[in-house]
Amino acid sequence: MNFQTTIGLEVHVELKTNSKIFSPSPVEFGDTPNANTNVIDWGYPGVLPTTNKGVVHDGIMAGLALHAQIEPNPHFDRKNYFYPDNPKAYQITQSETPIAHDGWVEIEVDGQKKKIGIAEMHIEEDAGKNTHESEHSFVDLNRQGTPLIEIVSKPDIASADEAYAYLEQLRQIVQFTGISDVKMEEGSMRVDTNISIRPVGQKEFGTKVEMKNINSFNYVRKSLEYEEQRQQRVIMSGGVIQQETRRFDETTGKTVLMRVKEGSDDYRYFPEPDLPVLTISQDWIDQINQELPEPPAKRREHYVNELGITDYDAMVITQTKEMSDFYDQMIKAGADAKLAANYLQGDVNAYMNDNQVELQDTKITPEHLAMMIKLISDGTISSKMAKKVFKAITKGDDPKAFVEEKGMVQLSDPAKLQPIVDDVVSANPQSVEDFHNGKDRAIGFLVGQIMKQTHGKANPQVVNKMLKESMSK
Amino acid sequence: MTEKISEDQVKHVAELAKLKINDDQLPYFTTQLDKIIGLFETLSEVDTEGVEPTSSVTDQVNVMRDDVAENWHQQQALLDNAPDTQDGYIRVPTIIDESGDNN
Repeated sequence: MNFQTTIGLEVHVELKTNSKIFSPSPVEFGDTPNANTNVIDWGYPGVLPTTNKGVVHDGIMAGLALHAQIEPNPHFDRKNYFYPDNPKAYQITQSETPIAHDGWVEIEVDGQKKKIGIAEMHIEEDAGKNTHESEHSFVDLNRQGTPLIEIVSKPDIASADEAYAYLEQLRQIVQFTGISDVKMEEGSMRVDTNISIRPVGQKEFGTKVEMKNINSFNYVRKSLEYEEQRQQRVIMSGGVIQQETRRFDETTGKTVLMRVKEGSDDYRYFPEPDLPVLTISQDWIDQINQELPEPPAKRREHYVNELGITDYDAMVITQTKEMSDFYDQMIKAGADAKLAANYLQGDVNAYMNDNQVELQDTKITPEHLAMMIKLISDGTISSKMAKKVFKAITKGDDPKAFVEEKGMVQLSDPAKLQPIVDDVVSANPQSVEDFHNGKDRAIGFLVGQIMKQTHGKANPQVVNKMLKESMSK
Repeated sequence: MTEKISEDQVKHVAELAKLKINDDQLPYFTTQLDKIIGLFETLSEVDTEGVEPTSSVTDQVNVMRDDVAENWHQQQALLDNAPDTQDGYIRVPTIIDESGDNN
Protein backbone atom coordinates (compact mmCIF):
# COMPACT_ATOMS: atom_id res chain seq x y z
CA MET A 1 0.00 0.00 0.00
CA ASN A 2 1.28 3.47 -0.84
CA PHE A 3 0.53 6.45 1.34
CA GLN A 4 0.47 10.15 0.92
CA THR A 5 1.36 12.47 3.76
CA THR A 6 -0.46 15.63 4.78
CA ILE A 7 1.24 18.11 7.07
CA GLY A 8 -0.04 21.38 8.47
CA LEU A 9 2.09 23.73 10.56
CA GLU A 10 1.12 26.28 13.17
CA VAL A 11 3.85 28.77 13.83
CA HIS A 12 3.86 31.31 16.64
CA VAL A 13 6.07 34.33 16.20
CA GLU A 14 6.79 36.70 19.07
CA LEU A 15 6.78 40.36 18.11
CA LYS A 16 9.52 42.81 19.09
CA THR A 17 7.19 45.56 20.27
CA ASN A 18 8.03 47.86 23.18
CA SER A 19 4.87 47.09 25.10
CA LYS A 20 2.43 44.22 25.45
CA ILE A 21 -0.53 43.69 23.16
CA PHE A 22 -3.25 44.79 25.62
CA SER A 23 -1.35 46.60 28.38
CA PRO A 24 1.54 49.09 28.41
CA SER A 25 3.81 46.75 30.40
CA PRO A 26 7.25 46.47 28.82
CA VAL A 27 8.09 43.44 26.69
CA GLU A 28 11.47 42.44 28.07
CA PHE A 29 13.06 39.16 28.91
CA GLY A 30 15.45 38.02 31.57
CA ASP A 31 13.98 40.46 34.06
CA THR A 32 12.99 39.71 37.65
CA PRO A 33 9.92 37.44 37.63
CA ASN A 34 6.65 39.35 37.45
CA ALA A 35 8.48 42.71 37.29
CA ASN A 36 6.94 43.55 33.92
CA THR A 37 3.34 42.97 34.87
CA ASN A 38 0.45 45.14 35.93
CA VAL A 39 -3.19 44.72 36.94
CA ILE A 40 -4.23 44.22 33.32
CA ASP A 41 -1.78 41.35 32.78
CA TRP A 42 -3.02 39.73 35.98
CA GLY A 43 -6.61 40.04 34.82
CA TYR A 44 -7.87 41.98 37.80
CA PRO A 45 -11.60 42.64 37.89
CA GLY A 46 -12.64 45.88 36.29
CA VAL A 47 -9.50 46.51 34.24
CA LEU A 48 -9.80 47.18 30.55
CA PRO A 49 -7.34 46.10 27.87
CA THR A 50 -6.39 48.50 25.06
CA THR A 51 -5.05 47.35 21.71
CA ASN A 52 -1.43 48.16 20.93
CA LYS A 53 -1.38 49.87 17.53
CA GLY A 54 2.14 48.55 16.90
CA VAL A 55 0.86 44.98 17.06
CA VAL A 56 -1.86 45.63 14.50
CA HIS A 57 0.75 47.32 12.32
CA ASP A 58 3.08 44.31 12.59
CA GLY A 59 0.22 41.91 11.91
CA ILE A 60 -0.63 43.76 8.71
CA MET A 61 3.04 43.83 7.75
CA ALA A 62 3.44 40.08 8.25
CA GLY A 63 0.24 39.55 6.25
CA LEU A 64 1.55 41.62 3.36
CA ALA A 65 4.97 39.95 3.43
CA LEU A 66 3.19 36.58 3.16
CA HIS A 67 0.98 37.75 0.26
CA ALA A 68 -2.17 37.46 2.38
CA GLN A 69 -5.47 39.34 2.27
CA ILE A 70 -5.87 41.83 5.10
CA GLU A 71 -9.17 41.69 6.99
CA PRO A 72 -10.71 45.19 6.91
CA ASN A 73 -12.77 44.81 10.12
CA PRO A 74 -11.00 42.45 12.47
CA HIS A 75 -12.09 41.89 16.04
CA PHE A 76 -10.70 39.84 18.90
CA ASP A 77 -12.23 36.74 20.46
CA ARG A 78 -11.96 35.10 23.84
CA LYS A 79 -10.66 31.59 24.11
CA ASN A 80 -11.62 30.26 27.53
CA TYR A 81 -9.43 27.87 29.51
CA PHE A 82 -8.23 27.47 33.06
CA TYR A 83 -4.51 27.12 33.56
CA PRO A 84 -2.14 28.94 35.90
CA ASP A 85 -0.13 30.52 33.06
CA ASN A 86 -3.00 32.91 32.45
CA PRO A 87 -4.83 34.36 35.45
CA LYS A 88 -7.63 35.82 33.29
CA ALA A 89 -8.74 32.27 32.46
CA TYR A 90 -9.02 33.29 28.84
CA GLN A 91 -6.68 34.21 26.04
CA ILE A 92 -7.55 37.15 23.83
CA THR A 93 -6.97 35.90 20.32
CA GLN A 94 -8.76 35.92 16.97
CA SER A 95 -11.11 33.28 15.73
CA GLU A 96 -13.86 34.70 13.52
CA THR A 97 -11.92 37.45 11.79
CA PRO A 98 -8.17 36.73 11.55
CA ILE A 99 -6.14 39.84 10.71
CA ALA A 100 -5.00 38.19 7.46
CA HIS A 101 -5.93 35.12 5.43
CA ASP A 102 -5.06 33.25 2.24
CA GLY A 103 -1.38 33.94 1.83
CA TRP A 104 1.45 31.78 0.55
CA VAL A 105 5.12 30.97 0.88
CA GLU A 106 7.12 29.64 -2.04
CA ILE A 107 9.49 26.78 -1.26
CA GLU A 108 11.96 24.79 -3.32
CA VAL A 109 12.73 21.16 -2.61
CA ASP A 110 15.00 19.15 -4.95
CA GLY A 111 14.76 21.88 -7.56
CA GLN A 112 10.95 21.80 -7.52
CA LYS A 113 9.17 25.03 -6.66
CA LYS A 114 5.88 24.87 -4.80
CA LYS A 115 3.58 27.33 -3.10
CA ILE A 116 2.44 26.45 0.41
CA GLY A 117 -0.80 28.18 1.31
CA ILE A 118 -1.34 30.09 4.53
CA ALA A 119 -4.89 29.68 5.75
CA GLU A 120 -4.92 32.47 8.34
CA MET A 121 -2.94 34.65 10.68
CA HIS A 122 -4.01 35.80 14.13
CA ILE A 123 -2.70 38.47 16.45
CA GLU A 124 -2.99 37.33 20.05
CA GLU A 125 -1.44 37.36 23.50
CA ASP A 126 1.11 34.94 24.86
CA ALA A 127 0.65 33.25 28.25
CA GLY A 128 2.96 33.38 31.26
CA LYS A 129 5.69 30.86 31.91
CA ASN A 130 5.53 28.02 34.43
CA THR A 131 8.43 26.18 35.91
CA HIS A 132 7.77 22.91 37.61
CA GLU A 133 9.38 21.38 40.64
CA SER A 134 8.34 18.29 42.55
CA GLU A 135 6.43 20.10 45.29
CA HIS A 136 5.25 23.23 43.53
CA SER A 137 5.00 25.01 40.22
CA PHE A 138 6.10 28.61 39.84
CA VAL A 139 4.40 31.19 37.68
CA ASP A 140 6.09 34.18 36.05
CA LEU A 141 3.68 36.43 34.18
CA ASN A 142 6.30 38.61 32.46
CA ARG A 143 5.52 36.86 29.17
CA GLN A 144 1.76 37.14 29.73
CA GLY A 145 0.43 39.55 27.10
CA THR A 146 3.51 39.49 24.86
CA PRO A 147 2.20 39.91 21.33
CA LEU A 148 2.22 36.89 19.04
CA ILE A 149 1.30 36.25 15.45
CA GLU A 150 0.02 32.77 14.80
CA ILE A 151 0.53 31.64 11.22
CA VAL A 152 -1.56 28.64 10.23
CA SER A 153 -0.58 26.86 7.03
CA LYS A 154 -2.97 25.05 4.76
CA PRO A 155 -2.48 21.28 4.71
CA ASP A 156 -0.38 21.69 1.56
CA ILE A 157 2.82 20.24 2.93
CA ALA A 158 3.49 16.74 1.63
CA SER A 159 6.78 15.76 3.27
CA ALA A 160 9.14 16.48 6.14
CA ASP A 161 11.53 18.15 3.70
CA GLU A 162 8.79 20.48 2.50
CA ALA A 163 7.95 21.33 6.11
CA TYR A 164 11.59 22.20 6.74
CA ALA A 165 11.77 24.36 3.61
CA TYR A 166 8.52 26.11 4.54
CA LEU A 167 9.79 26.95 8.02
CA GLU A 168 13.10 28.21 6.67
CA GLN A 169 11.36 30.47 4.12
CA LEU A 170 8.79 31.67 6.64
CA ARG A 171 11.53 32.49 9.14
CA GLN A 172 13.48 34.49 6.57
CA ILE A 173 10.47 36.41 5.30
CA VAL A 174 9.40 37.42 8.79
CA GLN A 175 12.99 38.17 9.83
CA PHE A 176 13.36 40.57 6.88
CA THR A 177 10.28 42.55 7.97
CA GLY A 178 12.02 43.22 11.29
CA ILE A 179 8.91 42.54 13.40
CA SER A 180 10.43 39.55 15.21
CA ASP A 181 13.77 37.91 15.94
CA VAL A 182 12.20 34.57 14.88
CA LYS A 183 14.68 32.49 16.86
CA MET A 184 13.61 28.97 17.76
CA GLU A 185 16.31 28.70 20.42
CA GLU A 186 14.98 31.79 22.21
CA GLY A 187 11.32 30.91 21.84
CA SER A 188 10.50 33.83 19.57
CA MET A 189 9.46 31.26 16.97
CA ARG A 190 7.54 28.13 18.04
CA VAL A 191 6.28 25.34 15.86
CA ASP A 192 3.39 22.90 16.30
CA THR A 193 2.83 20.27 13.65
CA ASN A 194 -0.11 18.18 12.46
CA ILE A 195 0.52 15.10 10.39
CA SER A 196 -1.71 12.45 8.89
CA ILE A 197 -1.32 9.85 6.19
CA ARG A 198 -3.85 8.19 3.89
CA PRO A 199 -3.64 5.53 1.21
CA VAL A 200 -3.06 7.07 -2.21
CA GLY A 201 -6.43 7.62 -3.83
CA GLN A 202 -8.40 7.97 -0.60
CA LYS A 203 -10.33 11.21 -0.51
CA GLU A 204 -10.68 11.85 3.21
CA PHE A 205 -7.67 12.85 5.27
CA GLY A 206 -6.38 10.33 7.79
CA THR A 207 -6.58 10.97 11.53
CA LYS A 208 -4.08 13.61 12.44
CA VAL A 209 -1.51 13.49 15.18
CA GLU A 210 -0.29 16.66 16.75
CA MET A 211 3.22 17.46 17.96
CA LYS A 212 3.95 20.53 20.03
CA ASN A 213 6.88 22.78 20.85
CA ILE A 214 9.60 21.04 18.88
CA ASN A 215 12.62 23.21 19.36
CA SER A 216 14.55 23.22 16.09
CA PHE A 217 13.77 22.99 12.38
CA ASN A 218 15.90 19.89 12.23
CA TYR A 219 13.89 18.17 14.96
CA VAL A 220 10.68 19.19 13.20
CA ARG A 221 11.93 17.38 10.11
CA LYS A 222 13.11 14.34 12.06
CA SER A 223 9.92 14.07 14.10
CA LEU A 224 7.77 14.28 10.96
CA GLU A 225 9.89 11.65 9.20
CA TYR A 226 9.58 9.36 12.18
CA GLU A 227 5.87 9.96 12.56
CA GLU A 228 5.23 9.27 8.86
CA GLN A 229 6.93 5.89 9.22
CA ARG A 230 5.22 5.08 12.50
CA GLN A 231 1.75 5.79 11.13
CA GLN A 232 2.45 3.63 8.09
CA ARG A 233 3.56 0.77 10.31
CA VAL A 234 0.42 1.07 12.45
CA ILE A 235 -1.91 1.01 9.45
CA MET A 236 -0.02 -1.74 7.62
CA SER A 237 -0.28 -3.96 10.68
CA GLY A 238 -4.03 -3.44 10.81
CA GLY A 239 -4.02 -0.80 13.54
CA VAL A 240 -5.85 2.50 13.78
CA ILE A 241 -4.29 5.94 14.25
CA GLN A 242 -5.82 7.69 17.22
CA GLN A 243 -6.11 11.41 17.59
CA GLU A 244 -3.35 12.22 20.01
CA THR A 245 -0.64 14.61 20.99
CA ARG A 246 2.90 13.32 20.83
CA ARG A 247 6.26 14.76 21.70
CA PHE A 248 9.64 14.31 20.03
CA ASP A 249 12.33 12.64 22.11
CA GLU A 250 15.58 14.20 20.95
CA THR A 251 17.81 11.48 22.37
CA THR A 252 16.07 8.52 20.72
CA GLY A 253 14.80 10.39 17.64
CA LYS A 254 11.35 8.90 18.23
CA THR A 255 7.98 10.44 18.97
CA VAL A 256 6.33 9.55 22.27
CA LEU A 257 2.66 9.62 23.21
CA MET A 258 1.74 12.49 25.52
CA ARG A 259 -2.02 12.11 25.66
CA VAL A 260 -4.96 10.93 23.66
CA LYS A 261 -7.48 13.58 22.70
CA GLU A 262 -10.93 12.86 24.06
CA GLY A 263 -13.52 14.84 22.22
CA SER A 264 -12.73 18.14 20.61
CA ASP A 265 -11.33 21.13 22.48
CA ASP A 266 -14.00 23.15 24.18
CA TYR A 267 -12.73 26.70 24.33
CA ARG A 268 -16.15 28.39 24.05
CA TYR A 269 -14.93 31.24 21.84
CA PHE A 270 -16.94 34.42 21.83
CA PRO A 271 -16.24 37.98 20.63
CA GLU A 272 -14.09 39.91 23.13
CA PRO A 273 -16.47 42.45 24.68
CA ASP A 274 -13.73 44.60 26.24
CA LEU A 275 -12.13 45.65 22.98
CA PRO A 276 -13.69 47.71 20.20
CA VAL A 277 -13.71 46.40 16.64
CA LEU A 278 -10.89 47.63 14.41
CA THR A 279 -11.13 49.07 10.95
CA ILE A 280 -8.09 48.85 8.76
CA SER A 281 -8.10 51.42 6.00
CA GLN A 282 -6.59 50.85 2.58
CA ASP A 283 -4.44 53.93 3.27
CA TRP A 284 -2.87 52.27 6.27
CA ILE A 285 -2.26 49.06 4.31
CA ASP A 286 -0.65 51.06 1.48
CA GLN A 287 1.55 52.89 3.92
CA ILE A 288 2.77 49.66 5.52
CA ASN A 289 3.37 48.21 2.08
CA GLN A 290 5.73 51.12 1.42
CA GLU A 291 7.68 50.30 4.59
CA LEU A 292 8.20 46.66 3.62
CA PRO A 293 11.84 45.94 2.82
CA GLU A 294 12.68 43.96 -0.33
CA PRO A 295 11.98 40.30 0.51
CA PRO A 296 14.77 37.69 0.62
CA ALA A 297 13.61 35.90 -2.55
CA LYS A 298 13.92 39.15 -4.57
CA ARG A 299 17.36 39.80 -3.18
CA ARG A 300 18.52 36.29 -4.05
CA GLU A 301 17.35 36.82 -7.61
CA HIS A 302 19.38 40.01 -7.80
CA TYR A 303 22.48 38.39 -6.31
CA VAL A 304 22.43 35.44 -8.68
CA ASN A 305 21.33 37.17 -11.87
CA GLU A 306 23.13 40.48 -11.58
CA LEU A 307 26.04 39.87 -9.24
CA GLY A 308 26.75 36.36 -10.52
CA ILE A 309 27.16 34.55 -7.22
CA THR A 310 25.89 30.99 -6.73
CA ASP A 311 22.40 30.04 -5.52
CA TYR A 312 23.97 28.58 -2.42
CA ASP A 313 25.92 31.74 -1.61
CA ALA A 314 22.81 33.85 -2.16
CA MET A 315 20.88 31.55 0.17
CA VAL A 316 23.39 31.88 2.98
CA ILE A 317 23.64 35.66 2.66
CA THR A 318 19.87 36.07 2.86
CA GLN A 319 19.61 34.15 6.14
CA THR A 320 19.09 37.47 7.89
CA LYS A 321 18.28 40.98 6.74
CA GLU A 322 21.34 42.27 8.61
CA MET A 323 23.66 39.98 6.65
CA SER A 324 21.99 40.84 3.36
CA ASP A 325 22.11 44.60 4.07
CA PHE A 326 25.77 44.24 5.03
CA TYR A 327 26.50 42.47 1.75
CA ASP A 328 24.68 45.15 -0.24
CA GLN A 329 26.79 47.83 1.43
CA MET A 330 29.99 45.93 0.67
CA ILE A 331 29.04 45.75 -3.00
CA LYS A 332 28.21 49.44 -2.95
CA ALA A 333 31.67 50.12 -1.49
CA GLY A 334 33.20 48.34 -4.47
CA ALA A 335 33.97 44.84 -3.17
CA ASP A 336 34.13 41.91 -5.57
CA ALA A 337 30.78 40.07 -5.30
CA LYS A 338 32.25 36.56 -5.05
CA LEU A 339 34.99 37.48 -2.58
CA ALA A 340 32.52 39.45 -0.47
CA ALA A 341 30.21 36.41 -0.34
CA ASN A 342 33.13 34.15 0.60
CA TYR A 343 34.30 36.39 3.42
CA LEU A 344 30.80 36.74 4.89
CA GLN A 345 30.32 32.97 4.93
CA GLY A 346 33.86 32.20 6.02
CA ASP A 347 35.76 34.54 8.33
CA VAL A 348 32.81 36.71 9.33
CA ASN A 349 30.54 33.79 10.17
CA ALA A 350 33.33 32.03 12.07
CA TYR A 351 33.99 35.20 14.05
CA MET A 352 30.29 35.56 14.90
CA ASN A 353 30.07 31.92 16.00
CA ASP A 354 33.29 31.99 18.03
CA ASN A 355 32.21 35.08 19.89
CA GLN A 356 28.47 34.34 19.98
CA VAL A 357 27.60 37.75 18.57
CA GLU A 358 25.32 39.08 15.90
CA LEU A 359 26.84 40.88 12.92
CA GLN A 360 25.40 44.22 13.99
CA ASP A 361 27.04 43.87 17.41
CA THR A 362 30.57 43.50 16.02
CA LYS A 363 32.99 46.27 15.06
CA ILE A 364 33.20 44.91 11.51
CA THR A 365 31.85 47.42 9.01
CA PRO A 366 30.94 46.71 5.39
CA GLU A 367 33.23 49.55 4.30
CA HIS A 368 36.28 48.09 6.07
CA LEU A 369 35.64 44.60 4.79
CA ALA A 370 35.10 45.93 1.26
CA MET A 371 38.36 47.88 1.49
CA MET A 372 40.23 44.74 2.55
CA ILE A 373 38.74 42.80 -0.35
CA LYS A 374 39.81 45.53 -2.75
CA LEU A 375 43.36 45.26 -1.37
CA ILE A 376 43.23 41.54 -2.13
CA SER A 377 41.74 42.06 -5.60
CA ASP A 378 44.39 44.59 -6.66
CA GLY A 379 47.20 42.39 -5.37
CA THR A 380 48.33 44.69 -2.57
CA ILE A 381 47.93 41.94 0.01
CA SER A 382 47.69 38.18 -0.25
CA SER A 383 44.74 36.25 1.14
CA LYS A 384 47.15 34.93 3.74
CA MET A 385 47.99 38.48 4.86
CA ALA A 386 44.28 39.21 4.85
CA LYS A 387 43.88 36.90 7.86
CA LYS A 388 45.80 39.44 9.95
CA VAL A 389 43.97 42.36 8.39
CA PHE A 390 40.65 40.72 9.16
CA LYS A 391 41.64 40.45 12.80
CA ALA A 392 42.34 44.18 12.81
CA ILE A 393 38.95 44.86 11.21
CA THR A 394 37.20 42.99 14.01
CA LYS A 395 38.79 45.51 16.39
CA GLY A 396 37.44 48.36 14.31
CA ASP A 397 40.79 49.24 12.66
CA ASP A 398 40.95 50.74 9.18
CA PRO A 399 42.44 48.03 6.93
CA LYS A 400 44.38 50.38 4.65
CA ALA A 401 46.02 52.19 7.56
CA PHE A 402 46.75 48.83 9.20
CA VAL A 403 48.41 47.41 6.07
CA GLU A 404 50.57 50.52 5.65
CA GLU A 405 51.53 50.68 9.29
CA LYS A 406 52.59 47.03 9.35
CA GLY A 407 54.33 47.30 6.01
CA MET A 408 52.19 44.39 4.83
CA VAL A 409 52.46 45.20 1.19
CA GLN A 410 52.65 42.26 -1.11
CA LEU A 411 55.55 42.10 -3.49
CA SER A 412 54.02 41.95 -6.96
CA ASP A 413 56.50 43.96 -9.00
CA PRO A 414 58.17 41.55 -11.50
CA ALA A 415 61.25 43.77 -11.70
CA LYS A 416 61.88 43.26 -7.98
CA LEU A 417 60.95 39.59 -8.02
CA GLN A 418 63.02 38.58 -11.07
CA PRO A 419 66.44 38.37 -9.34
CA ILE A 420 64.97 36.23 -6.56
CA VAL A 421 63.27 33.95 -9.06
CA ASP A 422 66.52 33.59 -11.00
CA ASP A 423 68.46 32.78 -7.81
CA VAL A 424 66.02 30.13 -6.71
CA VAL A 425 65.85 28.51 -10.14
CA SER A 426 69.63 28.26 -10.47
CA ALA A 427 70.02 26.98 -6.89
CA ASN A 428 67.53 24.13 -7.38
CA PRO A 429 68.34 22.28 -10.62
CA GLN A 430 66.71 19.08 -9.35
CA SER A 431 63.32 20.82 -8.95
CA VAL A 432 63.63 22.36 -12.38
CA GLU A 433 64.24 18.94 -13.85
CA ASP A 434 61.29 17.49 -11.92
CA PHE A 435 59.13 20.30 -13.27
CA HIS A 436 60.14 19.43 -16.84
CA ASN A 437 59.29 15.79 -16.08
CA GLY A 438 55.75 16.86 -15.27
CA LYS A 439 55.94 16.82 -11.50
CA ASP A 440 53.61 19.62 -10.45
CA ARG A 441 54.78 19.48 -6.89
CA ALA A 442 58.15 20.86 -7.90
CA ILE A 443 56.79 24.30 -8.63
CA GLY A 444 55.15 24.44 -5.21
CA PHE A 445 58.53 23.84 -3.62
CA LEU A 446 60.10 26.66 -5.63
CA VAL A 447 57.26 29.07 -4.74
CA GLY A 448 57.84 28.15 -1.11
CA GLN A 449 61.53 29.02 -1.40
CA ILE A 450 60.70 32.43 -2.83
CA MET A 451 58.12 33.07 -0.13
CA LYS A 452 60.78 32.22 2.45
CA GLN A 453 63.26 34.69 0.99
CA THR A 454 60.67 37.46 0.81
CA HIS A 455 59.30 36.76 4.31
CA GLY A 456 55.93 35.80 2.86
CA LYS A 457 55.49 39.06 0.99
CA ALA A 458 55.81 37.79 -2.57
CA ASN A 459 52.57 37.58 -4.54
CA PRO A 460 52.19 33.82 -5.09
CA GLN A 461 50.24 34.19 -8.34
CA VAL A 462 52.88 36.46 -9.86
CA VAL A 463 55.71 34.21 -8.63
CA ASN A 464 53.98 31.16 -10.08
CA LYS A 465 53.69 32.77 -13.46
CA MET A 466 57.26 34.05 -13.45
CA LEU A 467 58.67 30.67 -12.43
CA LYS A 468 56.86 28.92 -15.27
CA GLU A 469 58.13 31.48 -17.76
CA SER A 470 61.67 31.28 -16.42
CA MET A 471 61.80 27.47 -16.58
CA SER A 472 60.17 27.25 -20.01
CA LYS A 473 62.91 29.34 -21.58
CA MET B 1 -37.77 17.58 34.00
CA THR B 2 -34.48 18.87 32.67
CA GLU B 3 -34.80 19.57 28.98
CA LYS B 4 -32.42 22.36 28.14
CA ILE B 5 -29.30 20.92 29.72
CA SER B 6 -28.42 17.38 30.74
CA GLU B 7 -26.58 16.27 33.85
CA ASP B 8 -23.70 15.16 31.64
CA GLN B 9 -23.43 18.63 30.17
CA VAL B 10 -23.41 20.16 33.64
CA LYS B 11 -20.61 17.78 34.62
CA HIS B 12 -18.68 18.79 31.51
CA VAL B 13 -19.12 22.51 32.21
CA ALA B 14 -17.97 21.98 35.79
CA GLU B 15 -14.86 20.19 34.55
CA LEU B 16 -14.06 23.03 32.16
CA ALA B 17 -14.37 25.47 35.05
CA LYS B 18 -12.22 23.15 37.21
CA LEU B 19 -15.09 22.88 39.71
CA LYS B 20 -15.63 19.74 41.72
CA ILE B 21 -19.30 18.87 42.14
CA ASN B 22 -20.43 15.51 43.44
CA ASP B 23 -23.29 13.43 42.15
CA ASP B 24 -25.62 14.55 44.96
CA GLN B 25 -25.27 18.15 43.88
CA LEU B 26 -25.76 17.39 40.20
CA PRO B 27 -29.61 17.52 40.08
CA TYR B 28 -29.56 20.79 42.02
CA PHE B 29 -27.20 22.56 39.63
CA THR B 30 -28.83 21.04 36.59
CA THR B 31 -32.22 22.43 37.60
CA GLN B 32 -30.68 25.82 38.32
CA LEU B 33 -28.79 26.04 35.03
CA ASP B 34 -31.87 24.84 33.20
CA LYS B 35 -33.83 27.77 34.63
CA ILE B 36 -31.10 30.23 33.73
CA ILE B 37 -31.01 29.00 30.15
CA GLY B 38 -34.78 29.31 30.10
CA LEU B 39 -34.49 32.94 31.08
CA PHE B 40 -32.04 33.62 28.31
CA GLU B 41 -34.22 31.90 25.78
CA THR B 42 -36.60 34.82 26.08
CA LEU B 43 -34.06 36.59 23.90
CA SER B 44 -34.69 34.25 21.00
CA GLU B 45 -38.22 35.62 20.76
CA VAL B 46 -36.73 38.75 19.21
CA ASP B 47 -36.74 38.68 15.43
CA THR B 48 -33.11 39.01 14.35
CA GLU B 49 -33.67 38.21 10.70
CA GLY B 50 -31.10 40.11 8.63
CA VAL B 51 -29.32 41.61 11.66
CA GLU B 52 -25.52 41.33 11.67
CA PRO B 53 -24.12 39.58 14.77
CA THR B 54 -22.73 42.08 17.27
CA SER B 55 -19.12 41.59 18.26
CA SER B 56 -18.84 44.72 20.38
CA VAL B 57 -21.37 46.75 22.29
CA THR B 58 -19.45 50.01 22.25
CA ASP B 59 -19.90 52.29 19.27
CA GLN B 60 -16.22 53.08 19.43
CA VAL B 61 -14.10 51.85 16.60
CA ASN B 62 -10.32 51.75 16.24
CA VAL B 63 -9.36 52.81 19.72
CA MET B 64 -5.68 51.94 19.87
CA ARG B 65 -2.77 52.83 22.08
CA ASP B 66 0.64 53.81 20.70
CA ASP B 67 3.34 51.23 21.32
CA VAL B 68 4.95 52.93 24.30
CA ALA B 69 6.05 50.86 27.29
CA GLU B 70 5.22 51.96 30.81
CA ASN B 71 6.09 50.00 33.89
CA TRP B 72 3.52 50.65 36.58
CA HIS B 73 5.72 48.96 39.20
CA GLN B 74 2.89 46.89 40.59
CA GLN B 75 4.90 43.70 41.09
CA GLN B 76 4.91 43.81 44.88
CA ALA B 77 1.29 44.89 45.22
CA LEU B 78 0.23 42.08 42.89
CA LEU B 79 2.35 39.46 44.63
CA ASP B 80 0.92 40.60 47.98
CA ASN B 81 -2.47 39.53 46.70
CA ALA B 82 -1.34 36.13 45.45
CA PRO B 83 -2.23 33.23 47.75
CA ASP B 84 1.37 32.01 47.85
CA THR B 85 4.67 33.34 46.48
CA GLN B 86 8.36 32.50 46.43
CA ASP B 87 11.29 34.55 45.06
CA GLY B 88 9.01 36.82 43.09
CA TYR B 89 7.06 33.92 41.56
CA ILE B 90 3.46 32.95 42.22
CA ARG B 91 3.66 29.54 43.87
CA VAL B 92 0.95 27.05 42.97
CA PRO B 93 0.43 23.34 43.57
CA THR B 94 2.40 21.21 41.10
CA ILE B 95 0.70 21.20 37.73
CA ILE B 96 1.14 18.91 34.79
CA ASP B 97 2.83 20.85 32.04
CA GLU B 98 0.22 21.60 29.43
CA SER B 99 1.79 24.84 28.31
CA GLY B 100 1.79 25.31 24.61
CA ASP B 101 -1.70 23.86 24.55
CA ASN B 102 -3.25 27.18 24.88
CA ASN B 103 -2.07 29.50 22.19
